[in-house]
Amino acid sequence: MSQEPIHPAAPPPASILRISTRTAFILALFCIAFTAIMAATYQATKPALEASARMEKLALINAVIPRDAYDNELLQDAITLPPVPALGLTEPTLLYRARKDGAPVALVFEAAAPDGYSGRIGLLLAVKTDGTLAAVRVTEHKETPGLGDYIDPKKDRNKAHPWISQFNDVGFAQIPAEDFKVRKDGGRIDQMAGATISPRAVTNATRRALEWVQPRTQTLFGLSDNATYQEARP
Amino acid sequence: MSTFREITHNGLWKQNSILAQVLGLCPTLAVTSTFTNSVSLGLATAVVMALSNLSVSALRAFIPYEIRIPVFILVIASLVTIVDLAFDAWLHDLYLILGIFIPLIVTNCIVLARVEAFAAKNPVWHSAWDGFMTGFGLTCVLAVLGAAREFIGQGTLFSGIDLIIPGTHVIQVLPENYGFLIAILPPGAFIMLGMLIAVRNWIDARARARQPQVPMPQVQPA
Repeated sequence: MSQEPIHPAAPPPASILRISTRTAFILALFCIAFTAIMAATYQATKPALEASARMEKLALINAVIPRDAYDNELLQDAITLPPVPALGLTEPTLLYRARKDGAPVALVFEAAAPDGYSGRIGLLLAVKTDGTLAAVRVTEHKETPGLGDYIDPKKDRNKAHPWISQFNDVGFAQIPAEDFKVRKDGGRIDQMAGATISPRAVTNATRRALEWVQPRTQTLFGLSDNATYQEARP
Repeated sequence: MSTFREITHNGLWKQNSILAQVLGLCPTLAVTSTFTNSVSLGLATAVVMALSNLSVSALRAFIPYEIRIPVFILVIASLVTIVDLAFDAWLHDLYLILGIFIPLIVTNCIVLARVEAFAAKNPVWHSAWDGFMTGFGLTCVLAVLGAAREFIGQGTLFSGIDLIIPGTHVIQVLPENYGFLIAILPPGAFIMLGMLIAVRNWIDARARARQPQVPMPQVQPA
């Protein structure tokens, strides 16, 4: 019985064991070589990756609180927040404390709206010591492109006054908690016609976050660095 | 052996990976919502294809026939990882948008198809050129698709270009509040892709009708 030639490049017939060993050895060599190349690339890009992760965090924080409003090392002055239900959080997050000349200026923390049109909407808020918001930004969302995604100022067509800028310098003194809703729900926060669910989710989450943080501002500023905040028992 | 001219024609038109072979539709449909995204992913794919064809062609004497597929995948996956890390490190904003589609270049069957059909049998520079041209043909189709969807869907040109070239701006052609949702969502990509394939077939049919006496050149199987 004639056997099909394996391949022109294949070695002359040898025992199966020898062929297998040789092929396995070659495959292993390729694996080692290419893993080494990948490892080298990873090492080479690592500083840039870490820098961009840090920049990204700072860029987000800078969007909610101006850089000249505080003078402390914000990323260092952090405490851990447990998963607070009032903020919609499901895992521990960091809360940053902005200070100027040692005096408290604002708290920067995350919150989430669980009821977006397509799931969770992540928020970053900066609340000043007088109880007004410095600003709110959406950190992650899956809202419909071109419809509900104007909650993210990058996607908002109105670049001069993005929708989310309504929350700038607003607190319960300017808009009472009972009016802190979208107009469609009888409140005083504007929304665009046709897409109400996303702005409603953001507005309600912002109100809940304000309600949660206001009575706790002093406590949060008083904690030492890297401490974990514990909700007081009622 | 094919000449560089033939390779170019094959990659851009005759065997265009999307219009003729209809391969790699997952990224095609998912990322072509804007011109910038489309061209970025297309060029990333072209670079991976050029490099993978080049490496496989250079190593082809050392790759036993029986294990060629695992080795090809290994080569492609390594190159994609490198491109992925490079994007993350130096084009971070764009990386956030293209997200999971860069690793998915590994699964774009056109990459493995060109390695297996061309690079495993041809000289190094021809292979690299073939990889790049096939990828560039893909980029052109993605670019047309992306530009059309972006214009019809949100009335802009080059949205997001500032992520690649700082200082440039998106061009708002239609009014700010204009929007046509289906063009932005995946069905829009399907419809637009169907139209592009129809146009390509129409052009080919016309060219054939004009010169009926010339036999069609043999199409090389991919």
